[in-house]
Amino acid sequence: MSPKKRVKKLRHLSELESLINQEKEKRQKDNRPLISISSGTCGRARGSDKLAEAFKKALRQQNLQDKVILKVTGCHGFCEAEPNVVIYPESFFYQKLEPRDAIEIINRTILKGEIIDDFLYLDPVTGEKATKEADIPFYKKQKRLVLGDNPLVDPTDIFDYLSLGGYSSLLKVLSSFKSEEVIETIKKSGLRGRGGAGFPTGKKWEFARAQKSDVKYIICNADEGDPGAYMDRSLLEGNPHRVIEGMIIGAYAIGAEEGYIYVRDEYPLAVQHVSIAIDQARQLGLLGKNILGTGFNFDLHIAKGAGAFVCGEETALIASIEGRVGEPRQRPPFPAVKGLWGKPTVINNVETWGNVPIIIEKGADWYASIGTNGSKGTKIFSLVGKINNTGLVEVPMGITLREIIFDIGGGIPGGRKFKAVQTGGPSGGCLPEKLLDLPIDYESLTQAGSIMGSGGMIVMDDRTCMVDVARYFLNFLRDESCGKCISCREGTQRLWEIVTEITEGKGTMEHLALLEELAIAVKEASLCGLGQTAPNPVLSTLRYFRDEYEAHIKDKRCPAGVCKPLIRYSILAEKCTGCLACLRVCPQGAISGELKKVHVLDESKCIKCGACFEACQFGAILIE
Amino acid sequence: MIRLIMNGLEVQAEEGWTLLDTARFYGLEIPTLCYHEGLSVFGGCRLCLVEIGEGEKAKLVTSCTYPAEEGLIVHTDTRRVIAARRMMIELMLSVAPYSKKIQDLASKFGVTQVRFKLRNEECILCGLCVRMCAEQMDGRAIGFQNRGYRRKISTPFDLRSEECRLCGGCIYICPACQLRCQGPEAETAVCNACLTLEPTCLDYYDELQCWMYDAGRCGTCVREPREKKDSLVSPKP
Repeated sequence: MSPKKRVKKLRHLSELESLINQEKEKRQKDNRPLISISSGTCGRARGSDKLAEAFKKALRQQNLQDKVILKVTGCHGFCEAEPNVVIYPESFFYQKLEPRDAIEIINRTILKGEIIDDFLYLDPVTGEKATKEADIPFYKKQKRLVLGDNPLVDPTDIFDYLSLGGYSSLLKVLSSFKSEEVIETIKKSGLRGRGGAGFPTGKKWEFARAQKSDVKYIICNADEGDPGAYMDRSLLEGNPHRVIEGMIIGAYAIGAEEGYIYVRDEYPLAVQHVSIAIDQARQLGLLGKNILGTGFNFDLHIAKGAGAFVCGEETALIASIEGRVGEPRQRPPFPAVKGLWGKPTVINNVETWGNVPIIIEKGADWYASIGTNGSKGTKIFSLVGKINNTGLVEVPMGITLREIIFDIGGGIPGGRKFKAVQTGGPSGGCLPEKLLDLPIDYESLTQAGSIMGSGGMIVMDDRTCMVDVARYFLNFLRDESCGKCISCREGTQRLWEIVTEITEGKGTMEHLALLEELAIAVKEASLCGLGQTAPNPVLSTLRYFRDEYEAHIKDKRCPAGVCKPLIRYSILAEKCTGCLACLRVCPQGAISGELKKVHVLDESKCIKCGACFEACQFGAILIE
Repeated sequence: MIRLIMNGLEVQAEEGWTLLDTARFYGLEIPTLCYHEGLSVFGGCRLCLVEIGEGEKAKLVTSCTYPAEEGLIVHTDTRRVIAARRMMIELMLSVAPYSKKIQDLASKFGVTQVRFKLRNEECILCGLCVRMCAEQMDGRAIGFQNRGYRRKISTPFDLRSEECRLCGGCIYICPACQLRCQGPEAETAVCNACLTLEPTCLDYYDELQCWMYDAGRCGTCVREPREKKDSLVSPKP
């Protein structure tokens, strides 16, 4: 929000309506070109803030600052192409830009309307260039309901959100919905919690609404802790008002007057944007006492989490907000009955709240027409790992893994073979190639031994050892377990110990049986979602990749060539050209040889770091 | 009155009872370790697991924390329950193999070997001492530190606590003999309680790993010699 704008508190529903219409009209009439810079945390790490500065400077130099709109927005989702810009109204998509490219873009594209070939996206599969965002395969199959506005909205300006019709769902609810009608709409839409467990949102709200209590709370769970998952961060950074609008509607539905956004302190940009957004909403009278003259009171606070994975579990999250140690407790009583400070509380994930305004705007039937029988709407996945198009993808439920990984994700880089995909974060499971045609929804993933989770999706190629993957996730979990239940604390530690032994070649077949027995016991006996899903990495890899475990145990061999104690490096004499490349990079001096003569690797000095393998252009380094 | 089905019997529970209260009222045995009548419930040892519900939705919950609900179907000793309990005992034994209480549980449930590497931490983090100190002694001198596998019980900053009145409550209630004093001079002593206790040892074995400055004086090591224990919990090579 520019400081010039005077903010007048809205005192009536009609005032909001006219403000929205006024802002909408302003946007429609504004036909200046718009440069939208994808600048979430991820974009900034790749230099998008420097790019934005360069654009600002270049526009000033040419005296164009009033003729071109420059928008520093949240993440557009295509991380692989960061830093990227979209230029409207043509929606040209330029990727992997450097600050010095700003001048060229202004001179050629903005002033002359030319397309700059060098900055266009080159499809690694077809080798074709795409000029517009919509032509890129990454965006083609997506259905961006929740993330779609990210490139169009300045997250630090509430008026920008209003100009896209923002807060009109709130207006609709406050002017023509009774609270039970809101709940009925959400129930009918089939929206389920996007945080992982997939509990029907409308049902949760209904429970909380039915409770008789003077005080009720609502909470937005933005404690996104899965490694490699950042859907919630991007939404909060890129479009915080959408989440806030959803929360105000939720509060109205259950009768809450206070709410919290529980966000990780490791997300400074998200915290900043949400704080700004809350302030602006308050100034405009969308938060606070007697909202828009309806007599409905609601205000929001931010609670910052200190980065414990387990605080994403709702009862631990509540404990954390209350100032206690973040440890889960037994449910029932459920938070909807007895939550924050002992009062009825509704906790939903960022993405769930982000879906609420859409459902109100477009109607429950429209929303329910997207997705599968049991799972409605879209889901945002963060597609990472060994994949060409890393990024955030929003797809309708029921899409297959193959479509996400190969059509949207562009397949595996380097022409390697797909091996597995891990869904649902550290406590999800690894699904093999034969399940690629599985339509994704809550039930199908659970049946396959994985979970929807919050939407992490890690793709692995044939150079990934599945035993090592299980070990990695168990290491994360034994660290992040709160430690209350012996099953989870000691169980994950012991699972990790056994899997580590197997990766070191010290495993026995008895270990394998014990691993299975223990994993099931941990799953059954643990208190919260963390412990109950913690053995999933082991159980799913045992189910689909048992042969790899057996190779480690019986043959003392790591088929993917990852587990250091089980592999040895050597040089293939017939392929070695004597280029000295490997010799130079070896940190141990384990490789000897002369130019144009076959090199020799001294295994006693080798620390199996893999540097020679990476350096060799001729495939002469053999890992076995 | 709440009516529910426990092991096929229709039982009645009073408002506010847990499943454990109900089972004990009807004489159904459920083992517990971190549970104590005089303290708040914790639900950490997972021994009091029972199975609730039927069919696919049946699940295990700790009976000490789960409230008696109208119409709930509860089984206290299914195969699933016993298997989980046995694994919990095995896990506890692997970190506190010399605890008499856990040894007794192992014997009772037929846990005859520990397949994990023994660690001899002599603490299963059941939290009895923490709750005893806070709730009964109004001390709050000790608490949990860290999380996950690094979790431990200690005083703030591992320093001698000024809140500790050396009452010995923590030692009294410990099932695994963890909270023993390390001698009067120790800087990281947890409770120093032994200094006020009269020796009440019934048996005294000087080969025990007692960290008392004078072995056996604390009055808590009513334990059997180690050789005997070793034969019972034979670690797998």
